[in-house]
Amino acid sequence: MKRYEYDVLVIGAGPGGSMAARYAARHGLKVLLIEKRPEIGVPVRCAEGISRAWMDEVEIEPQEKWIDAEIDGAKIYSPDEKSVIKLSAEQAGNEVGFVLNREYFDKYLASLAAQEGAEIWLKSPAVEIIKEDGYVRGAIVRRFGEKVEVRAKIVIGADGFESQVARWAGLNTVLRERDIVSCIQYRMTNIDIEENFTHFFIGSCAPGGYVWIFPKGRKEANVGIGVALNKLKSKGEVKKYMDDFIEKHEYLNKGSIIQIVTGAVSTCPVPKRIVDNGIMLVGDAARLIDPITGGGIANACISGKYAGEIAAKCINNPSKECLEEYQNKVKERWEKKHLRNWFVKEKLAELSDDTLNKLMDVVSKEDISEISVRAILEAVQKKYPELIEEFEDLL
Amino acid sequence: MNMMNVDPAICNYCGACVGSCPVNCMFLDETIVRIDEDKCIKCGFCIRACPVGAISADWWSE
Repeated sequence: MKRYEYDVLVIGAGPGGSMAARYAARHGLKVLLIEKRPEIGVPVRCAEGISRAWMDEVEIEPQEKWIDAEIDGAKIYSPDEKSVIKLSAEQAGNEVGFVLNREYFDKYLASLAAQEGAEIWLKSPAVEIIKEDGYVRGAIVRRFGEKVEVRAKIVIGADGFESQVARWAGLNTVLRERDIVSCIQYRMTNIDIEENFTHFFIGSCAPGGYVWIFPKGRKEANVGIGVALNKLKSKGEVKKYMDDFIEKHEYLNKGSIIQIVTGAVSTCPVPKRIVDNGIMLVGDAARLIDPITGGGIANACISGKYAGEIAAKCINNPSKECLEEYQNKVKERWEKKHLRNWFVKEKLAELSDDTLNKLMDVVSKEDISEISVRAILEAVQKKYPELIEEFEDLL
Repeated sequence: MNMMNVDPAICNYCGACVGSCPVNCMFLDETIVRIDEDKCIKCGFCIRACPVGAISADWWSE
C-alpha cells in the first residue's frame, strides 16, 4: 500500500472541512483535504439560506458568483397560514441574508484552502481510520479505486451528517430518533413567490420540522421539507409530506421540479466530546447544527476555523488534552444556545396546529426588532410565559 | 434471511440513512450504500430516515 505523510488530514470538503484545511495550512502545516465525491459542492444537500453577519469572522468576502439571491428577511406562516411573523432585516437594522449557490460556494471555500497551500484529493473516500496506541494517526483512503495509507498527526472529521469518522474513532455522535430530521427539497422553476423573503411553514404540514421556500431569483426557489424521524411511520413518507404541501399550494403546483435534493440534519444539543487523541470533529460531523433552524453552514465554517488554528497549536502534541481547547471554544460558543433551541424545538413539536395558530396570531402582532429565535421567544414569553418556563434561564 | 436492500433506482446517495444508523453499520461510498448485515440491529431508522423510500428489508413491515 502506498503511504503518504501529512501534518493534518481533513476528511470531507464541505464548508467545515475547507475552512479547517485553510486555517491549518495558513499556519504552515502540511494539509491534505479529501473528498469522496468527484466534484466539490455536488450534489447539493442544503436549502442554501444564510445570514451574512458571520462571514467577516471567517474572512469570506461575498462573491456574486455564489449568491443566487439577496434576502431582506424571513416570513413564518402559521399552520392555517392566516398569521405571518415577518422578520425584516430592514426594520431591524440587520444585515441582509443570502440564498447561496452551494455548487460555487463550496468550491470557492476549497479554493481558499488551496490558496493557503492545502492539497486536495477528489474521488477519495476514507474507508477506515488508523488508530495506534490510543491515537488516531490517519486513514486508509480509496483513491481512484486504489487503497492508500495517509498518515497524519491530526485528523479532522468533516464528513457531514454521516459522521462516520467520529464513530470509527470512538467518539459518540449517535443521534436519538427525535433529533434526526429527514429532508427532501425540490428546486422549482416557474413559481410565484415573494422573492426577497425566505418563507417558513410550521405545524402538521411538517411534524417536528418545517417547510421552507427559499427564492433563488428568476422565479426559481428551493422548496423543501424536514420531518423529525420520531414522527415518521412509513417508508418514503417525507416525500409524501412534500408532495402534499406542493399540491395544496397553487403557486407551487403550477411550477416544475428541476432538481431533487435529499439529506438529513441533526437537531441535538452539542455532544459531550468532539475531540480525542489525534482527532477533532467540525461542522455537521460534530452535530453543530442549530436545532431550531437546521442551519449549519456558519457553524461549520467557524468551527472549521477554530479546528484549523488549534491543529497548528497542538501539532507537536496532538493529545486530547491539548485539542480540548477546541472543544471548549465550541462549547463556549454554541452549547447554551443549542440547548435552548433544542428545548424550543421539543416544545414546538408537541404543539397542535390549533395552539400554533393562536400563538402565532398573538406573536405576529408584536413588533419584533431582531431576526433571531431569541427575539421570537421573548415575544412568546410576554403572552405565554408557561411555554417558556422550562428554559427561561437559557434566554 | 434478514436482508436489507437499497434500490439504486430510488437512492439519491445523500447519506441520511448512514448518519441515522445508531450502530454505524452503513457506509456511503461515492455512489453506493453498503450495509454490514452482521452489525445491523434492525431498528428501522434508516428505512424511515430515507426521504425517498429507497430502503426496504424483509423484516420491516409497512
